[in-house]
Amino acid sequence: MPNMRMDKNPMPAQDPNVRITNVEEVTLGYTPETAIDEAKRCLNCKHKPCVEGCPVNIHIPDFIAKVAEGDFAGAYEIISLTSSLPAICGRVCPQETQCESKCVRGIKGEPVAIGRLERFVADYMREQGEAPLAAPQRNGHKVAIVGGGPAGLTAAGDLAKLGYQVTVFEALHVAGGVLMYGIPEFRLPKSIVQHEISKLSNLGVEFVTNYIVGRSGTIEDLESDGYEAIFVGSGAGLPNFMNMPGEELKGVYSANEFLTRFNLMKAYKDDSDTPIQHPRKTVVVGGGNVAMDAARCARRLGSEVHVVYRRSLEELPARKEEVEHAMEEGIIFDLLNNPVEVHPDENGNVASVECIKMELGEPDESGRRRPIAKEGSNFLVEADCMIMAIGTSPNPLIRSTTEGLETNRKGCLIVDENEMTSRQGIFAGGDAVTGAATVISAMGAGKKSSSSNGSIRPEKSSRKRLTFSTSN
Amino acid sequence: MYKILRKKVLNPTVISITVEAPNAARLAKAGQFIILRVDEEGERVPFTIADANPQEGTVTIIYQVVGASTRKLMALNEGDYLADFAGPLGKPSEIEGENVVIIGGGVGCAIALPTAKAFHQAGKHVDTIVGFRNKDLVILEDEFKAVSDHYYLMSDDGSVGEKGLVTQKLEELIQSGQKIDKVIAIGPLIMMKFVCQLTKQYDIPTVVSMNPIMIDGTGMCGGCRLMVDGKMKFACVDGPDFDGHLVDFDAAMSRNRQYFEKERHDYEATCNLLNKKEEN
Repeated sequence: MPNMRMDKNPMPAQDPNVRITNVEEVTLGYTPETAIDEAKRCLNCKHKPCVEGCPVNIHIPDFIAKVAEGDFAGAYEIISLTSSLPAICGRVCPQETQCESKCVRGIKGEPVAIGRLERFVADYMREQGEAPLAAPQRNGHKVAIVGGGPAGLTAAGDLAKLGYQVTVFEALHVAGGVLMYGIPEFRLPKSIVQHEISKLSNLGVEFVTNYIVGRSGTIEDLESDGYEAIFVGSGAGLPNFMNMPGEELKGVYSANEFLTRFNLMKAYKDDSDTPIQHPRKTVVVGGGNVAMDAARCARRLGSEVHVVYRRSLEELPARKEEVEHAMEEGIIFDLLNNPVEVHPDENGNVASVECIKMELGEPDESGRRRPIAKEGSNFLVEADCMIMAIGTSPNPLIRSTTEGLETNRKGCLIVDENEMTSRQGIFAGGDAVTGAATVISAMGAGKKSSSSNGSIRPEKSSRKRLTFSTSN
Repeated sequence: MYKILRKKVLNPTVISITVEAPNAARLAKAGQFIILRVDEEGERVPFTIADANPQEGTVTIIYQVVGASTRKLMALNEGDYLADFAGPLGKPSEIEGENVVIIGGGVGCAIALPTAKAFHQAGKHVDTIVGFRNKDLVILEDEFKAVSDHYYLMSDDGSVGEKGLVTQKLEELIQSGQKIDKVIAIGPLIMMKFVCQLTKQYDIPTVVSMNPIMIDGTGMCGGCRLMVDGKMKFACVDGPDFDGHLVDFDAAMSRNRQYFEKERHDYEATCNLLNKKEEN
């Protein structure tokens, strides 16, 4: 008999007053008992709507059935058929708009906690010291992956399992992309990311760090080095600013810079060689997940933090869970406000942020109500730090150093239904194609590039380049 | 890991190291830079490429000991390894203009040298003006002479070469009626600022190599942003070379001091630690 309780099993979390003094993970995960109990809430429906909601189509009811039986290794095996990075996805996916949004149990009550169960299974297996997958037999074909973020890691893992000799070229000193530099330790412990990456190494994936494609070598160089196909997963890492006066002042950061210092370089540690400002009062501009991450990092450096967002709470694009966590941690939301200028003190540091009040007008093309500035409503917010979290764009380095790569007006690479760019044998996916999106959509794209419907077939094209066919 | 093949002490605080880094060496051009981390706990620090040898697969950088990371770097010797060494980064310098004056200030001379060399090899007329505080700090004299039509050495105290600032020598050349198509200034921000103020009066195109704080060096954070002609530029991808007459030097100088206190503190801590190690 399924467990017909209406609510999800809650996940224990660190007390907000304690967790703002550390960078340890906020949520603590299920125990085997709570996981089994939650798994029993799944009705194992025939039409499995949850699977469609998952960008990598994990066989959700099947793995949950194994959890309900207490067979966690069996559950892990089922997840691993379609997902390479479950410990990460279980933590950072917006399940409420994906798998869990389709769950039948969500019609009356809360959906099954699919993300928490996925996380539990991956964590349990890691803690038990899961046996590494053996490297599969090689098929003799070489594939280069540009960028070691979620899209590239997923493509690398899938291709390695299919026997390809895969090399990941990463510009930074460590692979992981946004998983390492963007998402904070307290949401996604870096040791878990590195563990997932080490599993790819076990599969035979080679990582070349400190290699900037477009500078250390070009796409053409990779082709002449014998890589028969190339997957570009270089992300959308170029930060946007508002082009308002005062953005050059000391104390103004892009969220990318602030988070890179905090997460990748561990600048929150006293003994880190990398410095970071320890602000007294921080204004974070924006309302997405990146804004929440930046705000919560600043809070952990001891700052009072205000999130300034030009629309209202309803339109806030961040995950609900992140907003709730931020509120519990004492972060203040200044809604329907927008900065217009940053004012300096006599030493060129941020002294105050001039904001203007906004009201919501008619819905725009995106369906969201358009924010309109209220003339003459300007006011000053005293602050010594401002973090801009208003989005990112694809970095131009690869498109500007590679001939024949078509991009749209936002600088995103254009791909066909097989994720191939305008150049034969060069594929792309993730934020490099879509602009800034989610980790799981990048993983989905990496997966689609490497295989569609679980099949992959090397074909010799007229130009003797390997193509990834999606036809069965 | 990246092996230090050669180490040469150029003056009491300026050191040249040649590092085995084939990927960085292969396409490196004058004006570009690398980012290194000394060790696993290290910060990412940018250094201009002073020389690159693609055959040998090596890159040479010349650095001055100014803080914790460069002090840690100084403690390494031939045969030791650096944790990370990424590049080449930034846009290469444009080698355009028939008659150029290249100005190097202090350790900036290490950056000016490959540019002077590139102009010289392209068959251009190259005059170099280098400036140092005193005679003990002079570096790369023979190397500059080898690629210069005229080489002018200035020192603040007159202990070597001529007494005076590089701008004085530049003004002298301009007033002598010498044909100058372009001035390239590389060194401390204050020096570049004054060179630009001077050349602006005479309407001589001037290129400067900017040296803001960097983290990734690939355009993903904007920590290195500068105001150029009122627009925001990222030095790591749009530069580091810029039209000196359009750069807001005061803002750049202010930004470079953002972490001054923490840098001092770390430097002292590192010195104490390394000195203690050396005593034992």
